[in-house]
Amino acid sequence: MQPDKLIMMANQIATFFQSQPGTGQAESVAAHLNDFWEPRMRQQLAEYVASGGPGLSPLARDAIPHVRVPVE
Amino acid sequence: MKDFILPDDRDMGTPARTGAPVTLTIDGFEITVPEGTSVMRAAAEAGLQIPKLCASDNLEAYGSCRLCVVEIEGRRGTPASCTTPVAEGMAVRTQTPRVKKIRKGVMELYISDHPLDCLTCAANGDCELQDMAGAVGLRDMRYEPGQNHYDPFGIGTLAQGDARARSTGDLGNPDYIPKDDSNPYFTYDPSKCIVCSRCVRACEEVQGTFALTIEGRGFDSRVSAGAALDDFMSSDCVSCGACVQACPTATLQEKSVTELGTPDRSVITTCAYCGVGCSFKAELNGDELVRMVPYKHGKANRGHSCVKGRFAYGYASHKDRILSPMIRDSVDEPWQEVSWDEALTFAADRMRGLQEKYGKRSVGVITSSRCTNEETYLVQKLTRAVFGNNNTDTCARVCHSPTGYGLGQTFGTSAGTQDFDSVAETDVMLLIGANPTDAHPVFASRMKKRLREGAKIIVIDPRRIDLVRSAHIEASHHLALRPGTNVAVVSALAHVIVTEGLMDQEYIRARCDWDEFQDYAEFISDARHSPEATEALTGVPAAELRAAARLFATGGNGAIYYGLGVTEHSQGSTTVMGIANLAMLTGNVGRNGVGVNPLRGQNNVQGACDMGSFPHELPGYRHVKNDDVRDIYEEIWGVPIDSEPGLRIPNMLDAAVAGTFKGLYCQGEDILQSDPDTKHVAAGLAAMECVIVHDLFLNETANYAHVFLPGSTFLEKDGTFTNAERRINRVREVMKPLNGYADWEVTQMLAQAMGADWNYTHPSQIMDEIAATTPSFAGVSYDMLEEKGSVQWPCNEDSPDGMPLMHVDGFMRGKGRFIVTEYVATDEKTGPRFPLLLTTGRILSQYNVGAQTRRTANSEWHDQDLLEIHPNDAELRGITDGQWIKLASRAGETTLRALISERMSPGVVYTTFHHPDTQANVITTDFSDWATNCPEYKVTAVQVSHSNGPTDWQEEYSAQAAQARRILPAAE
Repeated sequence: MQPDKLIMMANQIATFFQSQPGTGQAESVAAHLNDFWEPRMRQQLAEYVASGGPGLSPLARDAIPHVRVPVE
Repeated sequence: MKDFILPDDRDMGTPARTGAPVTLTIDGFEITVPEGTSVMRAAAEAGLQIPKLCASDNLEAYGSCRLCVVEIEGRRGTPASCTTPVAEGMAVRTQTPRVKKIRKGVMELYISDHPLDCLTCAANGDCELQDMAGAVGLRDMRYEPGQNHYDPFGIGTLAQGDARARSTGDLGNPDYIPKDDSNPYFTYDPSKCIVCSRCVRACEEVQGTFALTIEGRGFDSRVSAGAALDDFMSSDCVSCGACVQACPTATLQEKSVTELGTPDRSVITTCAYCGVGCSFKAELNGDELVRMVPYKHGKANRGHSCVKGRFAYGYASHKDRILSPMIRDSVDEPWQEVSWDEALTFAADRMRGLQEKYGKRSVGVITSSRCTNEETYLVQKLTRAVFGNNNTDTCARVCHSPTGYGLGQTFGTSAGTQDFDSVAETDVMLLIGANPTDAHPVFASRMKKRLREGAKIIVIDPRRIDLVRSAHIEASHHLALRPGTNVAVVSALAHVIVTEGLMDQEYIRARCDWDEFQDYAEFISDARHSPEATEALTGVPAAELRAAARLFATGGNGAIYYGLGVTEHSQGSTTVMGIANLAMLTGNVGRNGVGVNPLRGQNNVQGACDMGSFPHELPGYRHVKNDDVRDIYEEIWGVPIDSEPGLRIPNMLDAAVAGTFKGLYCQGEDILQSDPDTKHVAAGLAAMECVIVHDLFLNETANYAHVFLPGSTFLEKDGTFTNAERRINRVREVMKPLNGYADWEVTQMLAQAMGADWNYTHPSQIMDEIAATTPSFAGVSYDMLEEKGSVQWPCNEDSPDGMPLMHVDGFMRGKGRFIVTEYVATDEKTGPRFPLLLTTGRILSQYNVGAQTRRTANSEWHDQDLLEIHPNDAELRGITDGQWIKLASRAGETTLRALISERMSPGVVYTTFHHPDTQANVITTDFSDWATNCPEYKVTAVQVSHSNGPTDWQEEYSAQAAQARRILPAAE
């Protein structure tokens, strides 16, 4: 999948959770990704971050350690 | 065919009333009825039918025909029983010599101006005038022929000044008006009219359009559609059929009955168009469908219908239907007709081959929101149990997926909170991003009825839709917002309610999470959410918005109805949460007359969602990650179920372009026409190696298909549909499938070809499996539906009769949850190149991609997509009404004709997506809702300019489509 689309989608999700009160926003973003993103999408996002991940919002980046990345 | 016992189908004469019991005697029989009931209805309840012509139990009494006169002990004269309310101890006689004589006299007068061509009349056998002549024993006609309305050649009486009076020879009858057959579905024959006004009253009271009137006085009285020069087609008539239904004679008559004869049997079933889910009687001779008549005991429609359900069923027997399976190796080849076996083996081998080569998750399905619950359940079961992945999605992805997410988060269920009847107790309706008069017409009629009774409506929509201002309707406030600013407007409403202290604190404390409310109240009270601060952004005047918020919070029962104008945005899910916040703030959830009501687009989109069509959840909205849920299915299906969510439709297409998604089984959905950014969809489909389309017609998606499996219509199968009020309604087989198999059988055969041991012999067995595995359906069975007619889920031990109202004693999730809704502007922005905003939607006569309605006479109302544009925007560009124009966005461009309309706000243009030649979706972008990937159809930055013909893309598209639709002659 095109990385720019995944980045945009991840950033949109992060923008929402950024606005929510309290703590644990990164976990919330990750939970959303785990619940709704198919494994290959999560894997691609993780790979993208591992390769530097320009364009990804800080909160989306913070969420990555909590994202379940499938082991092939 | 199963016998279905009809509830009492008699016309009781006048509407039912509620009130204290009143006891009276009629012909000596004692009967107790509610106060306010008419004598006529009381008699009918006692089993005594008083003759009548102008009365009908869906219309208020009118007292015009005088056929229903009775005598009442102690009262003078012979009152009309339809307009006389019952009184305690009243003694009524319905068959005295005096009233019998009056009735006979009345009938004689009626017949004196009525043609006696009964044997060749289209209403023969279905004519109340005929029935009443028999009932009163009319045996004699003492009036001599004279001035009349029915004899075209009779001279009648001419005014002295009429030139024809001075002429000789056949002058013709000046009182005779020939038939008006301008409407494609019914005729108006004035010569048979008895001026009972039932049609006029039905148009007003039932439909609420006010298209008909009686013009002239006395002998000159005639039914007239629209103004003097109008016929039915050019008038405001919306062809709902209520007048035809109301007409006691052949004056308003379905053309199909004229052509095919009076039907002799009927089957109760459910309409396959919009999410209202109207019940109909399919009336037939043998297996020939003569007409569809709205079923008066249908709880969704209460005997009403619209032009689609009532008349637009001709697609079912259209010549374009494909009845033989077809295959081809690649999409540039013509189709080859083959046997079912060959097609299914071909499809199964390909899908298995793809999985071996590219992995288990390389194939998937799209379930249909037009097919039955049972069929949808089987398609998602196919992917989960046979393909071994969760790659299933449905068209709800592109319409109401944000409703599922938003209401799930706030209330704990993914569905509307009320039944449709609830609107009768609403005081203030808040309508957001929906156009019910076009998209949910039968429900709109019920809204309009309530509005005429004095309820108020606030409309939030960029267009001036009919519910803003039309006959006897005027919205209290129309907030004509800029597309894409829903969250800002909804938050501003909440800001006013909170900062002005208009919220229902007691309700919030009792029903909602108080801490979350505190966070929310602090957030929403910030001045940046005030109407004054957001006015520049939304275009909604602050004072108007404040007034609307005050009305909603203080006007009594407040109900929110919303549609795709809410969901199909980058912030669709956020707006749904904002709507839930508004309802909770004002204490408007959990009783009649209030609630949050998504108006669902397609007939079974609610059902498709309920049945586990989404890639992350099994039936009943239970996430696939939960072991306890998977256990249920693993045990009954005997296979392991993937615990990871699957791909959603846009993700499937992205993955296809990337080369990791290769095969798709698509049932009853045309993603190429209905999904956004057509070029991207086409690229995705073209990249797949096996696309199986299961449909009635060679739709646009089939241009990229390798296997075509013929589908069956809703008339040809048994099953259930679930409408927008969660009502599970039976769909019944009216005739045998023309293609040989119901859709559930085809899916089963495909599963069998792939090695699955499925052996359902009737859809009721599939429902039994659904009930056994899904808690909210635990009590549902076909036997139960036969008995009750319909039921609203949840239906289980806790609510054995279903649940018309949800969240009565508390929210399904426990405490209602306020969620902070920060406005975020969409990335789709206007600029110098694309200065206008395009929003898309539906029109009354056409439905969705038009695959069904385009193949009916409904196209006479709408034969092409038009671009609605405000006069200022048109003038600026030198565009005139009806001119060909080019519509361009960053995604693509197309051409269509302009319709200059002040319904649009300046800066906003609108079109429909019913016609593939226009392909409005080549314009829309692939931006989508943050939570669900629901596409942002409602906001696209565009430019409109002059055109000198179809775009290159349109020409290429139609050439490709023609190429892809070739079918080889069958081998001998």
